[in-house]
Amino acid sequence: MSNVQHQRPQLELQQGPAAHISFENPEPIETDRKVLLEARSLVKCYRKDQVTIPVLQGTDFSVQEGEFQAIVGQSGSGKSTLLHLLGTLDKPDEGEIHFEGNRIDNLPARSQDILRNRYFGMIFQFYHLLPELTAVENVLTPVMIQHSMLKYWANRGHHRRRALELLELVGLSHRLKHRPREMSGGEMQRVAIARALISQPRLLLADEPTGNLDEEAGAEILAILRSLNQQQGLTIVMVTHDSHIARQADRVVRLAAGRVASD
Amino acid sequence: MYKWMLIWRYLRTRYIALASIISVMLGVATLIVVNSVMAGFSQEMHDRLHGILSDLVISSYDLNGLPDAEAHKQEIRKVLGDDVVGMTATVQVPAMLNFQFDGQWHTFQVNLIGIDESSYAGVSDFSRFLLHPDNQRELSFLLRETGYAPGRKDFPDAGWKRRRITAEYQRALREEQQRGQAEAGLLPPGPAGAEVPGLPPFAGNDELPSVPFNLVPEELTEPTGSEIDPATEQFTGIILGIAICSLKSRDGDGEVHDYYLCAPGDDVQVTFPNSGRPPRAVSDTFTVVDLYESKMSEYDSSFAFVPLAHLQRLRGMIDQQSGVSSVTSVQIKLREGADLNAARDALQARFPALQFGYRIQTWMDMQGPLLSAVQLETTILNILLFLIIAVAGFGILATFFMIVVEKTRDIGVLKSLGAPSRGVMSIFLGYGLALGVVGAGIGTVLGLLFVDNINLIADWVSAVTGREIFDPTIYYFQQIPVIVNPLTVVLVSVGSVLIAVLASVLPARKAARLHPVEALRYE
Repeated sequence: MSNVQHQRPQLELQQGPAAHISFENPEPIETDRKVLLEARSLVKCYRKDQVTIPVLQGTDFSVQEGEFQAIVGQSGSGKSTLLHLLGTLDKPDEGEIHFEGNRIDNLPARSQDILRNRYFGMIFQFYHLLPELTAVENVLTPVMIQHSMLKYWANRGHHRRRALELLELVGLSHRLKHRPREMSGGEMQRVAIARALISQPRLLLADEPTGNLDEEAGAEILAILRSLNQQQGLTIVMVTHDSHIARQADRVVRLAAGRVASD
Repeated sequence: MYKWMLIWRYLRTRYIALASIISVMLGVATLIVVNSVMAGFSQEMHDRLHGILSDLVISSYDLNGLPDAEAHKQEIRKVLGDDVVGMTATVQVPAMLNFQFDGQWHTFQVNLIGIDESSYAGVSDFSRFLLHPDNQRELSFLLRETGYAPGRKDFPDAGWKRRRITAEYQRALREEQQRGQAEAGLLPPGPAGAEVPGLPPFAGNDELPSVPFNLVPEELTEPTGSEIDPATEQFTGIILGIAICSLKSRDGDGEVHDYYLCAPGDDVQVTFPNSGRPPRAVSDTFTVVDLYESKMSEYDSSFAFVPLAHLQRLRGMIDQQSGVSSVTSVQIKLREGADLNAARDALQARFPALQFGYRIQTWMDMQGPLLSAVQLETTILNILLFLIIAVAGFGILATFFMIVVEKTRDIGVLKSLGAPSRGVMSIFLGYGLALGVVGAGIGTVLGLLFVDNINLIADWVSAVTGREIFDPTIYYFQQIPVIVNPLTVVLVSVGSVLIAVLASVLPARKAARLHPVEALRYE
């Protein structure tokens, strides 16, 4: 864990966000930026009995470091599938996915688990918090998955402090001991964001993060994502069906009938 | 880490799991209770049987017995060496017992056993089963004044006191009869009254017996019954099994009472074969001096003990020239921990069956069918009850499948957060383990508490339902005997925890194999 922190000090939150404002005036496209994640001609079909439904038909996609990219498309256009493939939750039928130059779609399950645990953060339309756990515990889940019991116990003070900081960052320091069902949708989504951030990921994958929220709460969530991207340089890929929301992103990819329609 | 946390939370928040816990708990508690009671019964039975029977018995098939008991004893001591703690010779013959109660004659088939007063108590717990405390300490075939069965309800007056009352009553009755007959103008009967008519043993035996050695000495063949004063003298003592002369029955209130047809102080007639060829019946009158209660109905309803020498004399088992006597069996007690089967085999080698015609058995051989019946019963009960726990296991299986389905989305979330499939699997395996441990733990405690208070509980259930759970008229036990075997308790709890874990394997595998995307989409 410690050497990972060395490699990417710009994501360090403990010293306060002010020290790392490196993207004050983001440029939409910066040629010298590294490509963080790249997908080439992805094909994914779903089979139901004898019928094969093609969802992605040779989709190319890439996101650069520090970019806030939105994928928009109609319902059923395959945008969620694309996000799942990028997040290694599913395997493509054809095509390759590269993360920092390494192919990740054919890695063994254990390696993909580690990728999801430490390199990707994910948030979902339905928040997907664990109902038995409190807000803080939900935020700590990835850390608990990462460490063995003894190791976690030895550093629990440190982990807990980080969880509290993240909850404060998303504006939820008053809701630490609450269970998901005692919170509003916007609050749950903020807990989910804090959970996605606790392992200091390189990439945040957001699947319709505002899809289940009213306009105001959705705007707050978007503001948080926006500031994470701008102030901490967090790379974000967000799937949405709402082009109005997508406009908040640096770059918008439009997906139609399983292909990238426009940039 | 997350696994333990989730297991703990699931344990505390899933009430449906409570059903699984309760089923495991009940199964474990039942198994412990049943095993303890069965072990208690079995142990009680062993104790009783072993208390009645000596470790090893050499018996002859022939009622004339094995000649020269002393020589046999020396031979046995030579074969078994220091393992022998005690030895006694006995004569056992089938016999017929008669006594009068309420003016009616009662006849029983008994197993008449001649025992040596000084050594018989040394090979078994015989004296423990006698009713008079002094006889328990030191066996005597003389009637005691009183003090039989202290503290036992329903026990009649016994001893010399009873004998004097009976004699007085008989005398008065006889006088009344004579007076009545005299008034009616009938001839008065002879001086030997109707009281305890001793049958002459050799009635109608005019011929000379063919075997000269087995003749009964002249003085014993005379009917002795009429010549003693029943108020001050007794016949040879006899100890009767308690079930021969008593009945257990229930009165209108459901209380169990004992009724005694005869008691110490009464006279009985015993008829048995002598050792002639062919055997002829010999009769004699005995005075009951004590009762024998081993609480094994088989023995209590058939054993009658008399002094060995007296029985040998009556049966003609003493060689008149040499004075050497025959016995029908030699009972041997071995030191604690001696190998009974090895000793039996050694004796069988010394007295080959074809040559000697002796039956050499350990006490377990003699009661083999009974002991194995109890064993079989325990085994079958255990199998049945383990099936109950297996049913509980399937309950857990079903419950877990439900929980897995209910938790599908959470499983997807955990996987999307990088939890490996094995981690997800171990959540559910650990959950099964936790349910099993909690259930088995509570079940063990409950079971042990139940066993500890089983008699209170039996009394309570009897009081509530009005039906006696544990009927002492059937079992001869006042209380339900229990023995808690720690190994059984451990095996039962570990076994049921194992079943709980096994039952969670399938649901856990299902959880582990869930596809994260489909799990996340699950509504």
